[in-house]
Amino acid sequence: MSTMTSDVVAGGGTAVAQKPSEVSSANVTLPIYMDNHATTPVDPRVLEEMLPYFTDRFGNSASRNHSFGWTAEQGVEQARERIARLVGATPKEIVFTSGATESDNLAIKGVAEMYREKGNHIITAVTEHKAVLDTCKRLEKYGYRVTYLPVQKDGLIDLDDLKRAVDEKTILVTIMAANNEIGVLQPVAEIGKLCHERGVLFHTDATQAVGKVPIDVQKMNIDVMSISAHKMYGPKGVGALYVRRKNPRVQLAAIIDGGGHERGMRSGTLNVPGIVGLGKACAIAQEEMPQEMKRLAGLRDRLKDRIMGRLDEVFINGSMEHRLPNNINISFAYVEGESLLMGINDIAVSSGSACTSATLEPSYVLKALGTGDELAHSSIRFGIGRFNTEAEVDYVADRVVETVNRLRELSPLYEMAKEGIDLASVKWAAE
Amino acid sequence: MAYSDKVIDHYNNPRNVGSLDKSSPEVGTGLVGAPECGDVMKLQIKVNRETQVIEEAKFKTFGCGSAIASSSLATEWVKGKTVDEALSIKNTDIVRELSLPPVKIHCSVLAEDAIRAAIRDWKTKQEQTASKPVETKA
Repeated sequence: MSTMTSDVVAGGGTAVAQKPSEVSSANVTLPIYMDNHATTPVDPRVLEEMLPYFTDRFGNSASRNHSFGWTAEQGVEQARERIARLVGATPKEIVFTSGATESDNLAIKGVAEMYREKGNHIITAVTEHKAVLDTCKRLEKYGYRVTYLPVQKDGLIDLDDLKRAVDEKTILVTIMAANNEIGVLQPVAEIGKLCHERGVLFHTDATQAVGKVPIDVQKMNIDVMSISAHKMYGPKGVGALYVRRKNPRVQLAAIIDGGGHERGMRSGTLNVPGIVGLGKACAIAQEEMPQEMKRLAGLRDRLKDRIMGRLDEVFINGSMEHRLPNNINISFAYVEGESLLMGINDIAVSSGSACTSATLEPSYVLKALGTGDELAHSSIRFGIGRFNTEAEVDYVADRVVETVNRLRELSPLYEMAKEGIDLASVKWAAE
Repeated sequence: MAYSDKVIDHYNNPRNVGSLDKSSPEVGTGLVGAPECGDVMKLQIKVNRETQVIEEAKFKTFGCGSAIASSSLATEWVKGKTVDEALSIKNTDIVRELSLPPVKIHCSVLAEDAIRAAIRDWKTKQEQTASKPVETKA
């Protein structure tokens, strides 16, 4: 570690040479990927399942008159069944899209347009993904009224807030199942029950949840649900939307016209290989989810304990109790997130710091928790995945601890805190 | 976004990290930025009262790699200059030296502010010492 102290120095400034990391990388292959909420590697079994649909089974699944089309269609229908089975739906209720962003758009705009006569009020939450928030913003321009529910300190919405927000004009509630930044799980079953009782449709963006935690559209009273392949070891560029057919039958206005594919809900030639991949990813999740959840929770807790046991002033963002098993989001006081990422540049994770975003805005999700901008700037999101090992977790934890300590030596805030100065009381130049 | 080699170098081998004695009459301290913005720089200079040459400079920064590099570079550049010469350091010089992309230009602005704040603090101290009657605290 650094040999310099922050006491009075009589003279002679020297460069603090960075010692190469003291953490051994003997048991790991660098760089390590631990950003599985951003995307996941394609499982080799998924890739294998997809390949024939690029080579000899290349037909258009809408070609009804020859074997090339029928073969492709078979692949698609098998995938449809696999996805439906994973989430407790029927195959006819699965619509294929280009990904969860499109699914969110189709769900929200599709319901809004179709149910306009019934009402124009939509309820969502402040911590939703931009695919939901920006879609709602657009609908506000078209005259819809949107309520953005706040979240509590643990990241969960207050069901009483939701109850109070529903009125006679409400046509849709859209609340995500699991948050992409903090991994927090919303009370989807309770939300679904409430919506069902009040006759309001319930959409959930389940991008981060499907394949990681059990989702059952019947038990949870979900009417519409967005699914993404590349968050669950499938390929990018393909997703699905669950659209309920019974009790009630949900109708959506299409947002893409041209040919009437997917029962008129989403025109366009199907991405057959991608869909086959999504199907296989779901089949694997169906088989392996229980053990995988346990294993990943174990790794996540190991990472958390190994970091938090060796550093002071570190804080977990969001509820630990209602959380994806593979996610942890930690703020390291007095250390800025991008500089931390730079110090662990052989590890792929992400940060809620403004410095890491193109717009220089800190994470709005952390802001919504009431975390405070300074700690938002100091946050790191870890997303552990199927292909991470225990050795990788240990390496990551050790490198994080080492780098945080180094950066705290460089930090004026750490120095002031150690001197007993209450940072909240300081009049900062930039305020 | 790939970092320039110079930014990486300053990040891995920051120059002049540390602190000077804030209460010393020879030391000027500049503290700029705010934690909510994700950038706080503390830059200190020790100035020779006769020659007005900055003999020593130290920094500490809470901020991204570009912010750390900008303030590290600032301490390198002010050393050996007189305070007036140091005032001529422009943030654009820092941007050029470190090849900062547009989104990181504000880091260089903060470093320039830190230099000015440190010099302003030192000058204020000199004025205060000059105007004090010659009863001293031991």
